[in-house]
Amino acid sequence: MNLALLTHEWLVVGLGLALLLALLLADLWVPSTSRRKLGYAAAAGIGLILAYSFFVVHLAPEGVQYAFGKMYVLDGLALFFKRFFLLAALIVLLMSVDFADRIQTGIAEYYALVLFALAGMLFASSANDFTLLFVSLELITVTFYVLTSFQRAQVTSLEAGVKYLIIGALSTSFSVFGIALVYGISGKLNFGELSAIAGQFSANKIFLFGLLLVMVGLGFKIAAFPFQIWAPDVYQGAPAPTTAFLAVGSKAAGFVLLLRVLFSAVPDITPQWSNLLIIISGITILYGNLCAIPQRNVKRLLGYSSIAHAGYMLLGIAALSQAGQSAILYYLSGYLFTVLGAFTVISRVMRTVEAEDIGALAGLNQRSPLLAATMTLAMVSLAGIPPLAGFFGKFLLLKSILAQAPAHPGYYCLAFTAVAGVVISLYYYFGVVRAIYWSKEPQDLSTIPLSTPIRFTIYGCIVGMFFLGLFPGWMLNLASLAVKVSQ
Amino acid sequence: MSTLTLIICCPLLAAILLAFIPRNFRVVIRAIALAATLLSMLLAVTMFLQFRTGADGYQFEQQISWVQSLGISYHVGVDGINVGLVLMAAIVAFAAACVSWEIKEREKEFYILLLVMAGGILGAFASLDLFFFYFFHELALVPTFIMIGVWGRGEQKNYATFQITMYLSVGALIALLGLIALYVESGAKTFDIPVLTAQVRQHPLSANAQHFIFPLLLFGFGILVSLWPFHTWAPLGYGSAPSPTAMLHAGVLKKFGLYGLIRIALPMLPNGAQSWMPVVAWLCLGNLVYCGLVAMRQKDFNWLAGYSSVAHMGFVFLGIATLNLIGVTGAVLVMIAHGFLAALIFGLSGYVYQQTGTLQIDQLGGLLRKLPFIGGALMMGAFAACGLPGFANFAGEVTVFFGAWKAFRVVTILACWGALIVGAVYLLRAIRAMLHGPLLAQWATISDAPHLWRKAPFVLLLASLFVFGCFPRLLTDKIAPTLQANLAQVFVTPAATAASEAPLPLTAKLSQRESGHAPQSAIRNQ
Repeated sequence: MNLALLTHEWLVVGLGLALLLALLLADLWVPSTSRRKLGYAAAAGIGLILAYSFFVVHLAPEGVQYAFGKMYVLDGLALFFKRFFLLAALIVLLMSVDFADRIQTGIAEYYALVLFALAGMLFASSANDFTLLFVSLELITVTFYVLTSFQRAQVTSLEAGVKYLIIGALSTSFSVFGIALVYGISGKLNFGELSAIAGQFSANKIFLFGLLLVMVGLGFKIAAFPFQIWAPDVYQGAPAPTTAFLAVGSKAAGFVLLLRVLFSAVPDITPQWSNLLIIISGITILYGNLCAIPQRNVKRLLGYSSIAHAGYMLLGIAALSQAGQSAILYYLSGYLFTVLGAFTVISRVMRTVEAEDIGALAGLNQRSPLLAATMTLAMVSLAGIPPLAGFFGKFLLLKSILAQAPAHPGYYCLAFTAVAGVVISLYYYFGVVRAIYWSKEPQDLSTIPLSTPIRFTIYGCIVGMFFLGLFPGWMLNLASLAVKVSQ
Repeated sequence: MSTLTLIICCPLLAAILLAFIPRNFRVVIRAIALAATLLSMLLAVTMFLQFRTGADGYQFEQQISWVQSLGISYHVGVDGINVGLVLMAAIVAFAAACVSWEIKEREKEFYILLLVMAGGILGAFASLDLFFFYFFHELALVPTFIMIGVWGRGEQKNYATFQITMYLSVGALIALLGLIALYVESGAKTFDIPVLTAQVRQHPLSANAQHFIFPLLLFGFGILVSLWPFHTWAPLGYGSAPSPTAMLHAGVLKKFGLYGLIRIALPMLPNGAQSWMPVVAWLCLGNLVYCGLVAMRQKDFNWLAGYSSVAHMGFVFLGIATLNLIGVTGAVLVMIAHGFLAALIFGLSGYVYQQTGTLQIDQLGGLLRKLPFIGGALMMGAFAACGLPGFANFAGEVTVFFGAWKAFRVVTILACWGALIVGAVYLLRAIRAMLHGPLLAQWATISDAPHLWRKAPFVLLLASLFVFGCFPRLLTDKIAPTLQANLAQVFVTPAATAASEAPLPLTAKLSQRESGHAPQSAIRNQ
């Protein structure tokens, strides 16, 4: 067994446990306000692990290493996503320190739960076996039940938690049933072993049904139609940092598992699902965008928009090509900076549930030009307008779809659907921008103070959005390398 | 660094610089914007003068790899087709910066957006890379929306903003699908336009692919150019836009779609073009006749100017639809001429609006007494728009008609009557109502353009119209050989078949004589 491979996970779990231990000690002596600062310690730890990941960890020359009897894999794809999750968690932790004054008790537990969810995501990125897939999925989902309902005094937060719990448990049961069916037919759980024999079962209805049920579980994580029903309520009710982590981390975990299952476990069967993928992707795009139009609550609006973005990223899966997969990775990287930037602004500006209306953004331009600019850039990037990250991501996804189109005309319809979705989305994204810059009577014109870490978080997000939009070469190389190694 | 890159970078760098200047330094902000656009214009003029007429290939080229794995590079260069367009864009950008004195609030943001828009437009016309071609266009398009939304006028401002945003985005995205499909189908693994063109020339795309991709480009670009019946965004948008924005958009940015058709769609998809062009010829009647008639009914001068600008696009579409050298040369001439003209009209109407606060034609009257300069310039603009010889529009329009006569007689006859007569009716009626007659009492206090800076943009635009009207050869000598070289396969007239047999320079010369001299002799005959 090759335990050294799992350093990322050991370090994160260790950091989480250390945090809890520190908390026990701190309870004895330290007043609660200082305990909030523990989040900085956690963030610093994650920063160190991230630096370690970039400067120390290198892939072996053959590209792929295994641990736990090939249950755990460290390849380009895994490493790409580990760095992605670490970066997301780093920003979310900084955001939650800023958010801490709105969580009555247990803020340190909140940090620790974020770290455990992160550990689940790190395992998910390396899952090479249905068992590890299920365990990491559960680790993420169960911690998110708690993270979602952390503002115990608020009914909306509790409601969100309960909804997430019920629908999450349902979808988990589907996927575990699916895993059982797949195992029952093929006798394999390991992706590598399964891929060798999966071709034999391409006509076996029970096997296909099992795989489909696994997809249900993953579809729930990424909020794809028809498993998207929880997303708006949970996004609206959960504390802002949780929503941000849900939108970026949990969704990306769903996508990395989807990529693993579809392209390394059953690569021979996936092409026969192209029609299904096209339809799901198209409907998800339209559903998310159309439902976002009438929304007034900004978090709920971003919930629907995150459904739409799941649909865009499914384009890359539906394309069934390496170009499509690397486009997903690129899109997710841009999405990370964009969405985390937007949620940092939201968590800073909208301090009460009542004030989460779009109207609360009125006059933000005068209250804090930096926050206003960040929110605008995030909306523009989500809408996919150059020169920001979202444009290049959508460009790559459309390109990957159109590359398949000569063989299958359905892809043309999908490309048109995606374009229609983009146009619809302009309407509500510009609605947010309009509220910031030219709404009639802003009620509150007090300036919004920004702590230094939040300021740097925001600068980081802006730089990320512009860098990925203006100099896409570097990240695109990284993404295509990651995808290449995984195959 | 190539001159062309400097021309593009001047406004963009100035925009970045402006971001760091405090907003109460109004004079500095305005001075920087003016200096940047002026510099870029002077460079464009130098480039136009240094351009080696008749030389093959691209000049002032620069190529920097951007995303190697996809074959995207920053590649700019000019040939006969776009050298005039870049010059026109740079002149209009300077004029637009000049008339921006009418903006009184949030000036800093306005100038930043204006400069980004100008840089984007210049970049779009100079790009020889499909990706950057689109990228720069979007870069110019988004500021348009924001400028209309924030600094626009009239009650319908918000509606206009949303409508123009959605409508133009649909057009741009459909065109993007077409461009990506073209990239994928060609199999060239590069977005470089010259390489793609060469590749497609050797291995033409299948007829199926051409017939599928061409309409994407035609209607995508068509929406951006307000091809009938996709024109409804234009009058409302221009009626609500602040005048510098309307000048840049109606004058320059709108030509992007036409340029895309000539630069990309025609040479790369010749079969698609040949089967779709008769449709375009009939659709352009919608622009020329229908929108002309609608313009007659307008009560607001900016709406009238908007419909008139839509109508003028009909000439360009007709010229492109002819698929012969004379017609397409005329189309490019009209694009350039109309750029100056639209900028002139919207700039002047902006001045009038700034003085009177209204552009309702029936509320104005006798303005010529108070505004001798502005009124006189407006009258000359209206004459140019009617197609009076001596202005560049005449040269272009008459060339288009010469080209179109061979291809579509009925359409040409209808277009001549529709466009020239109807155009004269609505423009001259508007001029009479606004400038002549008794001066209404409430306009007794308005004042004419006081000093040189206020007059400069209009003088510059009129002078350009006049220079290219009297010497269209300055443009046609550059345009025709390049078109002949680029579009030889798509031309369907005897000239094209001759081109495949005879050596190329001869045909080019012949056609130059036809296209370049015709307007001049026509002027003399008048």
